[in-house]
Amino acid sequence: MLQIKDLRASIEGKEILKGINLTVKPGEVHAIMGPNGSGKSTLSAVLTGNPAYTVTGGEVEFYGKDLLVLAPEDRAHEGLFLSFQYPVEIPGVSMVNFMRAAINEKRKYFGQEPLSASDFLKLMREKREVVQLDNKLASRAVNEGFSGGEKKRNEIFQMAMLEPKLSILDETDSGLDIDALRIVAEGVNTLKTANNATIVITHYQRLLDYIKPDFVHVLYKGRIVMSAGPELVMELEEKGYDWIKEQVDKKGE
Amino acid sequence: MTTSLQQYIDLYNQYGEAIRSHAPAAMNALRDDALAALEGVGLPKKGQEDYEATDLEAVFAPDYGVNINRVPFAPDAAASFRCDVPNMSTCLYFFFNDIFAESRTAARNTQPGLVIESFADAQKNHPEVLQQYLGTLADTKKPEVALNTLLAQDGMLIYVPKGMVVEKPIQLVNIFKAAAPVMALRRILVVLEEDAQAKMLVCDHTQDTEQQYLSSQVIEIVANRGAMFDYYDLEESSENTHRVSSIFVSQEEGSNVLVDGITLLNGFTRNDYYVEINGEHAETHLLGMTVASAHQHVDNHTYISHNVARCESNEMFKYVLGDHAVGAFAGKVLVKENCPRTVAYQGNRNIVASPEAKMYSKPHLEIYTDDVKCSHGSATGQLNEEALFYMRSRGISETEARQLLMQAFMSDVIDAVRLPALKDRLHHLVEKRFRGQLAMCAECGAANCNSKIENV
Repeated sequence: MLQIKDLRASIEGKEILKGINLTVKPGEVHAIMGPNGSGKSTLSAVLTGNPAYTVTGGEVEFYGKDLLVLAPEDRAHEGLFLSFQYPVEIPGVSMVNFMRAAINEKRKYFGQEPLSASDFLKLMREKREVVQLDNKLASRAVNEGFSGGEKKRNEIFQMAMLEPKLSILDETDSGLDIDALRIVAEGVNTLKTANNATIVITHYQRLLDYIKPDFVHVLYKGRIVMSAGPELVMELEEKGYDWIKEQVDKKGE
Repeated sequence: MTTSLQQYIDLYNQYGEAIRSHAPAAMNALRDDALAALEGVGLPKKGQEDYEATDLEAVFAPDYGVNINRVPFAPDAAASFRCDVPNMSTCLYFFFNDIFAESRTAARNTQPGLVIESFADAQKNHPEVLQQYLGTLADTKKPEVALNTLLAQDGMLIYVPKGMVVEKPIQLVNIFKAAAPVMALRRILVVLEEDAQAKMLVCDHTQDTEQQYLSSQVIEIVANRGAMFDYYDLEESSENTHRVSSIFVSQEEGSNVLVDGITLLNGFTRNDYYVEINGEHAETHLLGMTVASAHQHVDNHTYISHNVARCESNEMFKYVLGDHAVGAFAGKVLVKENCPRTVAYQGNRNIVASPEAKMYSKPHLEIYTDDVKCSHGSATGQLNEEALFYMRSRGISETEARQLLMQAFMSDVIDAVRLPALKDRLHHLVEKRFRGQLAMCAECGAANCNSKIENV
């Protein structure tokens, strides 16, 4: 579904991604790990079309379409979803209005009529249960005054509502206590099918105890420097990233 | 040098007798002082203090006609008016330009003892009220106020007796319609006796959108001890409508007054708000909301004076400006000596959504007492880019995301409205306004100045 070839991107003139290659197929779970500042979050931002970043080279195909020419909203309609590392608070915009706008714009994109109010509320109710999101939260302004854990649960709730083909979870485990982590991970696993895929971006192994990756990639200095099976997670947990950094830095000399 | 003021002084010198003969004695009693106050002064020009963006000299320069002979208004105008705030049963009154009229339903919706009438009628029925209060708050040192005092021929009196709670909101609709450029001069006097309560909604509508109007109004609100009063001012006029409005409020002990100035459609607007807090434990809420596009100009100038201890004032003005619109806010909160336990907040927040739009903001606090809690803040910027991207990443188009964020920006000032039907309606009107779908009058489809606020 997703093919990234030699993707390069920069922010404010500074090149962060220096040639990323990655292929994701339906049903797969990929973990992208790596030290701070290696470009993990940049990759997710560039894939979803954050205008703060400039693509300087390479290509990304999503179900055969050139992803990079699409507006962020159209990438969402095509089935791409990002669970934000720092979900944004939007005072004054209710969760209901926010989700209704999102759902109905997607329906419009595919030539469907807007969802009726009762069908929409039914859908909200149903999907809320996936992450045990309190009804009180769903009736408040988007993320406003939510705790860290509530914000992350809210991300997965939105993912459940939008039913993406490819979900990118950017540091979804950060700021979560163990119970919240379990609920979020269970939510993600519930939503998993043979037709969708997930990219989990994380520092640590603990989220990957719950969401089992098929492939693990290490991102360092804007490149994927190592790809392996799930066994790499344990190795990284034990040995850290220094041995990989050394290998790469030595090669570069 | 001829100033734009001079033509109106000349008009008065020539037609003063006629003006006096059509007006109640209580208004005539103020004219000599007003004329004297205008001697040797000019209207404020752009660049003067508190007029950083606004040139009243230019606004009054055109040769506007004044309805000296009290020519009545087209009688069908009331019938053709449809209110933009439905689901609200009100005591409804009109000013057609400067001619006061009551609606057919007004008498039915009012209650015994409540006085709502023209100054002309009040001069016969309640002369003591006019004599006691009219002109006591309005400051003729302001040339635009003196000019109104000099030329206005009628007004609306609202007198709420002691302890009365007015159940239905009082609604006044100002309708502009004329065949030639006209200046409509109006006064409103609101007197709330002890513990009286009322809410009032004033709407500005323009029926001939091609015609040039100048509306000059002076409003005096007296809130006696324990009184509670809401004044909502909703302007939906036209790009050719100019408005110069001055509101004077005095508050006694324990009174609670909310004044809310809402500009959704206009041409040129200058609103002055003067609030004198004279009794302890009084509460003032001064709110404003402006949506302006095209070449619209909206200037709010506020002054709140804490003259006694233990009062609270809460002020917030918000603007969203698009196209070439100009917004201005100059606000001063004064806490005089010996006013401990004063709580005062002043805020001004603005979104400038186009590179050509301009916002002038001048927040100001002046405090002469130690034990007070006061703060102010002003912020002008664009929509939050992070929020925009977040919404787009969920599939909400950029246009829609901007609409939602602009509405959200206004939501707190709308939610401060204490009339539920108006609050609901304002959310809807503001949404329509941002989408460029707000007609200036119910029966008028051509809404030139109602351009959609577009992104940068």
